[in-house]
Amino acid sequence: MKEQRQRSDAQTSEASVNAAADAVFQIRGVTKVYRMGEVEVHALKGVDLELYRGELVVLLGASGSGKSTLLNIIGGLDTPTEGTVVYQDHILTSADESELTRFRREHVGFVFQFYNLIPSLTALENVELITEIAESPISAKEALEMVGLSERIDHFPAQLSGGEQQRVAIARAVAKQPDVLLCDEPTGALDVTTGKLVLKVIEKVNRELGTTTAIITHNAAIAAMADRVIHIGSGRITEIIRNSEKKSPETLVW
Amino acid sequence: MKPLNKKMVRDLWHLRGQVLATMLVVACGVASFVAMKSTYESLVESRDNYYSHYRFADVFAGLKRAPRSAAAEIGAIPGVAEVEARVVAKVTLDLSDLPEPAQGRLVSVPETGAGHLNSLFLLRGRLLEPGDRDEVVISGAFADANRLEPGDQVSAVLNGRLRRLRVVGVALSPEYIYEIRPGDIFPDNRRFGILWMNERAVASVFQMENAFNDVVLTLSPGAGEADVIEKLDRILEPYGGFGAYGRSDQLSHRFVANELSELQVFGTVIPVIFLGVTAFLLHLVLTRLVNVEREQIGLLKSFGYSNADIGLHYLQLSVLAIFGGIVIGIGLGWWTGRGMARLYGEFFHFPILDFSISFLIVVWSFVISLGAAAIGAIAAVRNAVSLPPAESMRPEPPANFHAGFIESTGFQQMLSTESRIAARNLARRPVKALLSAFGISLSIALLFIGFFFFDAIDRIVMVQFDLVQREDVEVGFNEPRPGRAALELAELPGVRRVEPYRVVSARLRFASRSRRVGLIGLSSEGELRRIVNDDLRIVNLPPEGIVLGSTLAESLGVAKGDIVTVEVTEGSRPVREVVIADVPRELLGLSAYMDIRALNRLMMEGGTVSGAFLSVDEDARAELYSKLKRTPAVSGVGLPKAALESFNETIAKTLGTMTWFLIGFACVIAFGVVYNGARIALAERGRELSSLRVLGFTNREIAKMLLGEQAALTLLAIPIGWVLGFATSWLVTRVVDAEIVRLPVVVSVETFIFSAGIVVIAAAVSGIIVARRIRHMDLIAVLKTRE
Repeated sequence: MKEQRQRSDAQTSEASVNAAADAVFQIRGVTKVYRMGEVEVHALKGVDLELYRGELVVLLGASGSGKSTLLNIIGGLDTPTEGTVVYQDHILTSADESELTRFRREHVGFVFQFYNLIPSLTALENVELITEIAESPISAKEALEMVGLSERIDHFPAQLSGGEQQRVAIARAVAKQPDVLLCDEPTGALDVTTGKLVLKVIEKVNRELGTTTAIITHNAAIAAMADRVIHIGSGRITEIIRNSEKKSPETLVW
Repeated sequence: MKPLNKKMVRDLWHLRGQVLATMLVVACGVASFVAMKSTYESLVESRDNYYSHYRFADVFAGLKRAPRSAAAEIGAIPGVAEVEARVVAKVTLDLSDLPEPAQGRLVSVPETGAGHLNSLFLLRGRLLEPGDRDEVVISGAFADANRLEPGDQVSAVLNGRLRRLRVVGVALSPEYIYEIRPGDIFPDNRRFGILWMNERAVASVFQMENAFNDVVLTLSPGAGEADVIEKLDRILEPYGGFGAYGRSDQLSHRFVANELSELQVFGTVIPVIFLGVTAFLLHLVLTRLVNVEREQIGLLKSFGYSNADIGLHYLQLSVLAIFGGIVIGIGLGWWTGRGMARLYGEFFHFPILDFSISFLIVVWSFVISLGAAAIGAIAAVRNAVSLPPAESMRPEPPANFHAGFIESTGFQQMLSTESRIAARNLARRPVKALLSAFGISLSIALLFIGFFFFDAIDRIVMVQFDLVQREDVEVGFNEPRPGRAALELAELPGVRRVEPYRVVSARLRFASRSRRVGLIGLSSEGELRRIVNDDLRIVNLPPEGIVLGSTLAESLGVAKGDIVTVEVTEGSRPVREVVIADVPRELLGLSAYMDIRALNRLMMEGGTVSGAFLSVDEDARAELYSKLKRTPAVSGVGLPKAALESFNETIAKTLGTMTWFLIGFACVIAFGVVYNGARIALAERGRELSSLRVLGFTNREIAKMLLGEQAALTLLAIPIGWVLGFATSWLVTRVVDAEIVRLPVVVSVETFIFSAGIVVIAAAVSGIIVARRIRHMDLIAVLKTRE
C-alpha cells in the first residue's frame, strides 16, 4: 500500500515535469450505438479526443448531443460499441465490470447534477464514506474546508441548501485525490449565484490540486472558464477551442 | 378494460416479486386456518356422530360385584335413560410373535352381540354369536399393531386359567377412540388392547353369573350429571363401588377433548400470525407504490377522478394481490387438512373420519384474508386519497434525516459508515422497523413453539422413563395379595430386585371438593419407582401422611399441611383423615402417594400388595416373560421400555411431520418479510446506492449497505421471537389438560439456536436474491434523474 502510494507520487511528479503535453485520456474512434427496441440510436459517431493532465475542459452541447454518453465512457460507467479509450496505462475498453469499478474507485471523482448525497449521512460522513475506501485521500474535514463548508459538517443533506449539497458532493469527489474529476451539469439544478459558487469551487480544486477536470453542460457561458472547450453535436466533436484567457467563474454571466 | 384497471394489472405485474411473497404468506395463513379448523370440525362431527349412533355412555362406574337386580335400581334413578351392566376384567395376553406379555381389557357384551351402549362398530369379521365361549372381538388398533385377523387365536389368562380365544371380529367402540392403558400417556397398541366377549362366557369364567362389576348409563335430556352420579354412588356403595364419573373423566373422551381444544387454539393463533404479517406486507408494498405513483395520483385527480375512485383502485389492487393466495391457501389447506385427519386417524379410532371443508370455512377464509388486506391497505390508501393534486405532482421531498437518538448517545462513533446508514434508516421510521422485526420474530416464535414441544416431550420422557419408572417390569396381581406374593416374584428367572406396591381406589375430600384417585402405596426406600418434582428433585415419601401431586392438590384446593379425608372405595372402605405431607409438582396425572406400610395400616390389612416393580437381568427376560404370561395371579404386565419404543415409532414421527410444516411456514414468513423489506429498500434507495456504485463502490459493498438494515432487523427479531415463542409456549402449557400431563416449561439451547438459525438462513437467502438485483441497477440513469 505504502509502496503503491510512493509509486503514484513518483508518477505525479514525473507527470508535472511533462506538464500539459501529457495526455491522461486517449480516445480513438469511439462510437456508441444504443438499441432501443427496434431502433438503433447512434449516440457517438467516431470521437477522437485527448484530455491532458491538469487541464479544465468544458464539453458543451445541446441535450441529446452525446456529451453525457462521452462522459460516461470516460468515467468507466459505459463501454463504447467501437473504438478505444486508454487511461494512462489502462485500456478501459477491454476492462470488465470489476476492473471498471476499481478504476472509478481509484481514479475518478464524480459530481452529479442532483448531488446524490446519502440522505442518512451527515456532510462529513458523506465525504468519509469515500475517504474510507480511497488509497491516499485528504482528510474529509480538509476537503469540506476546501469547498467552504467547515461550519456545516454535521448537517444532514436535508438540512443543507442545494448549493451546499453540491459543494459537499464536490468535496466527496475530490477527497480521494482523483486523477480526473467529472462533473455532469453541476449547476443544472442551481440558481445563478449558487451555481457560480459551485463553479468557483471546481475551479479552485482544478487549480490547487491540479486535477484534470471535465465539466459537461449545455450552458455556453460556462465555457469561458475552461482551458479548452469541446463542442459536441449529433455524436461528433464539431469544434475544439482553446481559450487564450480563462475567465474567473465570478465574472461569468448567464 | 378500463384504463385504471389496466394500470392495476400492470402494477401487479411490475410488483410480481413482492406480490408473490405476500401471496405465499396469505396462502400459508389460509391453509393453516382451513386445515386446522376443518380438521377440528371434522373431528368434532365424527366424534359426535359416533357418540350418538353408537350410544356412547354419559356416566361410568366400576365396582366389586353387584347382583343384576341392582341394575334395575340404577335404571330407576331419575334422569337415567339406559343402563348397561357388564363385567370388565384385566387379562394377560400371550401373543405368539410378542415375547413379552400384553395386557387386555376384557369387556362383556350382552347376548345381542354388539352391546346396547358403547356399541361396537365392526371393521372386519363378525360380531359375537350367543353361547360360544371362546369367541372374542378385538379392538382395531390392537389388531393392526399385532396383525391379528379374524380366525387368529390369542392365548389369555382369564381368572387364573389359560384359555385360547378365537378372534372372530375386529371392531371399534366409542369408549376407546383413544385406546390407551389407564395410567399411560402414550398409547402402546402392541401391548394393550380391548377384547369383547359374550356376557355369559365372561360371567362363567369370572364367577359373575347374574352379577356385574361395571356399569355404564346414558342420561335423559336435561338430567343433571352430578345428581345422577351421587345417587349411583349411593346405590353402588354396598357393592364396592369405586366411584362413578362422567364423560369428562372418561379416559378416551378426555384425551380426544384435550386434543380438540389444542387444535382449536392453534387453529386460531397460527392463522392470526400469518394474516397479521400479510396486512403488514401489503402495507409496505402499497405505501411504496403510492409514493412512487404520487405524480400519477395527482394527475388522475386533476383529470377529475374522485378520491373514492382512487381509494377503490388501490384497495382493489391489494385484494387482487392476495386473491390468488387465498385460493391456493384453500387448496393447500384441504390437502394439509386431509393429511392431518389421516394422522389423527392413527391415534383416534373413528369408524369414519370424513375430512371435509365446510362452505362456511371457505367464506371465512375470504372474509378474514380480505379483512387483513384492507387493514394493510388502509393507511396507504388514505395517504393516496389525502394528497392535494398540486402537491402530489411534485416529487416527494428528500428523505429527512436529523441528528436523533443515536447521535445523542455518541454511539455512532462506534459504528462503521455502512452501519450508520443502516442505523439511521431504521431510526427514521421506527414503527416500520419495529413491525418488520416483529414480523420476522413471529416466524422465530413459530419455530420456537414447534421445537418447544420436542423439548417438553423429551423432558417428560426423560423424567418418566429415567427417573420415575425405573423398573424393567411392572407386575399387577388380579387381586390384592399377601406380601409373600411379591417375595415369590423374586424367585422368577432373572429377577434382581422386587419392590411391592399397593393401589387402592379412593375418594379424596376437602371441604366441598372431592376427586377419585388411585392411592398408591410405595416403599419409602424404593428405587424402582419414585416421585419426581418438575425440577428433577426426588421426593422422599414420609412414613406418615399423604403426598399429592400439585395438579391434584390444586383441584382439591389444598396445600401442604392441610388434612384431607380419604374415603377408600374398596376392601373394608375405611374413611380416614390424613395430613398432606408434601405437594410435589409432578408432570403426569393425578397421583396420591403414601408409604406402603402406612397405607396397609390405613386399610387395616397386613402386608397386602397389589403388584410389584421388578428389576430384571437383560438375558433372562424372554424366560421371565413366558413365565409371567402363564402366571395365574398376574393380570397385567407393564414394560416401560417397550412403551418408550412404541412412542418413538408413533408419536415422535407425527411430531416430526408437524415440525417440518412449522419450519416451512416460518421460512415463508421470514422470506416474505425480509424479501419485501429489502425490495422496498432497494427501490427507495436505488438512486443512493447507484450513486455509490458510480463512485466506485463494489456490488458487494453496496449489498452490505442495503442488507445491513435487514440484517439488523433480523438480529433484533431474534430476542423478540424468543420472548414471543417462550410466552406462547408457556400459554400452550396452560391450555393442555394438566390432569393428563403438565407440560414442563423447559427450553433447550437447541430450540433457541434452531429457531433463530433457520430464520436467519431464510432471511439470508431472500437477502441474496434481492442483492443480485444490485448488479442490474442502471448507473447512468441515476446521474440524470432526481427520483
